[in-house]
Amino acid sequence: MKFVDEFRDPQRVKQWVQAIQEITTQPWTIMEVCGGQTHSIIKHGLDQLLPESINLIHGPGCPVCVTPIAYIDKALSIAQEEDVILCSFGDMLRVPGSQDDLLSLKSLGADIRIVYSPLDALVLAEQNPDKKIVFFAVGFETTAPTCAMAVYQAKQRGLTNFYMLACHVRVPPVMQALLDAPDNTVQGFLGAGHVCSIMGYHEYPPISAQYQIPIVVTGFEPVDILQGLFLCIQQLERGEASVENQYKRVVTEQGNLPAQQLMKEVYQVLDRQWRGLGNIAQSGFALSDEYAAWNAEMHFSVADIQSNESRECRSGEILKGLIKPAQCPAFNTRCTPEHPLGATMVSSEGACAAYYHYRRYQND
Amino acid sequence: MTDKTLNCPLPLHYEHIVMAHGGGGRLMQQLLDDYIQPVFNNPLLAAKNDSAVFDVPAGKMAFTTDSYVVNPLFFPGGDIGKLAVCGTLNDLAMSGAKPLYLSCSLILEEGFSLQKLKQILNSMQQVATAAGVAIVTGDTKVVEHGKADGVYINTAGVGVLETALVINVQAIQAGDVIIVSGDLGRHGLAVMLERDGFEFEHNIQSDCADLSGLVQDLLQAGIDIHCMRDLTRGGLASTLIELASHAGLCFELQQAAIPVQDNVRSLCEILGFDPLYIANEGCFALCVPAHHAEKTLALMQQHRLGKQATIIGTVKQEVERGYVSLISEFGIARVLDLFSGEQLPRIC
Repeated sequence: MKFVDEFRDPQRVKQWVQAIQEITTQPWTIMEVCGGQTHSIIKHGLDQLLPESINLIHGPGCPVCVTPIAYIDKALSIAQEEDVILCSFGDMLRVPGSQDDLLSLKSLGADIRIVYSPLDALVLAEQNPDKKIVFFAVGFETTAPTCAMAVYQAKQRGLTNFYMLACHVRVPPVMQALLDAPDNTVQGFLGAGHVCSIMGYHEYPPISAQYQIPIVVTGFEPVDILQGLFLCIQQLERGEASVENQYKRVVTEQGNLPAQQLMKEVYQVLDRQWRGLGNIAQSGFALSDEYAAWNAEMHFSVADIQSNESRECRSGEILKGLIKPAQCPAFNTRCTPEHPLGATMVSSEGACAAYYHYRRYQND
Repeated sequence: MTDKTLNCPLPLHYEHIVMAHGGGGRLMQQLLDDYIQPVFNNPLLAAKNDSAVFDVPAGKMAFTTDSYVVNPLFFPGGDIGKLAVCGTLNDLAMSGAKPLYLSCSLILEEGFSLQKLKQILNSMQQVATAAGVAIVTGDTKVVEHGKADGVYINTAGVGVLETALVINVQAIQAGDVIIVSGDLGRHGLAVMLERDGFEFEHNIQSDCADLSGLVQDLLQAGIDIHCMRDLTRGGLASTLIELASHAGLCFELQQAAIPVQDNVRSLCEILGFDPLYIANEGCFALCVPAHHAEKTLALMQQHRLGKQATIIGTVKQEVERGYVSLISEFGIARVLDLFSGEQLPRIC
């Protein structure tokens, strides 16, 4: 398979592992920001190929995992309204709210549908004029533009039965929040490649300079990740701190300008609650006032729903990289994918789910 | 001359199923006589008894049943009828049995197209004819519109064991070689792409096929098959995890050896699915002693359904809790785990 096999080539993997071994002289703690990278690292066992002195910690870049429980509760509340078809990405359906999850609500008769693209929800709105179609939009800057396009087109087409429950989040503010935390241990970042394909990496040099930390924009395949780690470790070993781009085949410095323009048109930046991490300033996107008519939170009066997270779930510490999933007392005991206490155990990109599926026996 | 007879015909010819097709009256007879009997055409069915009566050979028989509720009813590479016969033939084949007779129960939804029903019945008979089995008994029920999904089919099958081998999970031994008969993931993906309205251009066809002929070839050649399983729901991974767990053995698989077509791999990459967990309907895994591995492979590769047959791993030592270990291309082992719930398309 072109553009995949080259980046999973065992020979190249071996060469990069060797190169990392040759330049590493001391321990380093590096965070991969994106859940897709976490999944790839654990699935391919890349961390087991590295020198023991390299500690990889798994960042908050899984959109399902960081969506606050209040938004799940809002989606559950909307899905129970009459004449509503609630659409979302597949991953979101399993995430537990305070009482329930969307999948079990669906099994009891609520009209909840998985769509692959938010634009599919628009088609549903056109096909079902007597229904209210609500799209539950989560995700980072990667998914935010397609969701923005759905609302933009709804406005263009004059669709009045389409609404969006938007809970998008931004990567740079959470990286800064992690670095500002007194217990921060991160010394270098692998930047989230797909987020940067949209946003470019022009937002990162100020962060790298302010915190004197290397940031290497990195892809998702084994060779990408190892090369990203090599570049990051090389900077750390040399005492440098700059922004580098490993994922050149996809990412440019300026990113996807039409997508950014669309996001500016449709969204406003505001403070956002993150599951396990609390409130982070300027870290979210919500629909701008010009798109208020398509804002599900306003239409269905769910803006005030507040919810509490499980006290037992330590996903906040996991998302900050303070503990590994297996160090949580609830891991594989009170918390499993069948009965998750938090979203990190649910999503295919969640760190706890990755450890559960790929490492559970080793942790027993 | 004017015809003076009273002529007030009942509208007994419908294009679709009505409740009366299940009512025991004339319309039901018409359904049986015009649609089902002519297609399944065989003396045991034509005898119209409450059950089919036939001679059985001495020795052991195998008996199995399965229900089919696939949506959509027609998908690239097959339809519910083909699936309903292949699935039951394969279940018989996995015990080493040579299939003989099948039953067919139809649950039909009011309003379902009779033309589509005919197409489905033809598919069933086509596979049955090729396999040399007869559909000798059955039943039809009709449910109200909205109470079913077009048609559900249950088939049961009986077969005869002509081998003295005991083929089951207890027969798996450390040292066995694990072979898979073909490439993985096509059926599940073909159905999913049709059902969920993904507008990808693709050429993925379900692998739906009757494996009993291939299995009989192996048995007749004297292959000492220890265990066989068709890789249906949950795919290769779930099937082998179940076997390893019941056997209390460690199965070690080589990722690089597992055959998956490029188009399946590509779509799985896009959607976030793992082909090891996707259902197949014409593919099976078998455990044979190492000294039979090459001969088994050679025989399988001669059959049209076994051309991709490959050794994918070996059965290792006994362990307290059986598991499947997958060795990556980079030499790193990870444990395969049962999936929680369904595989769902990922966000990004």
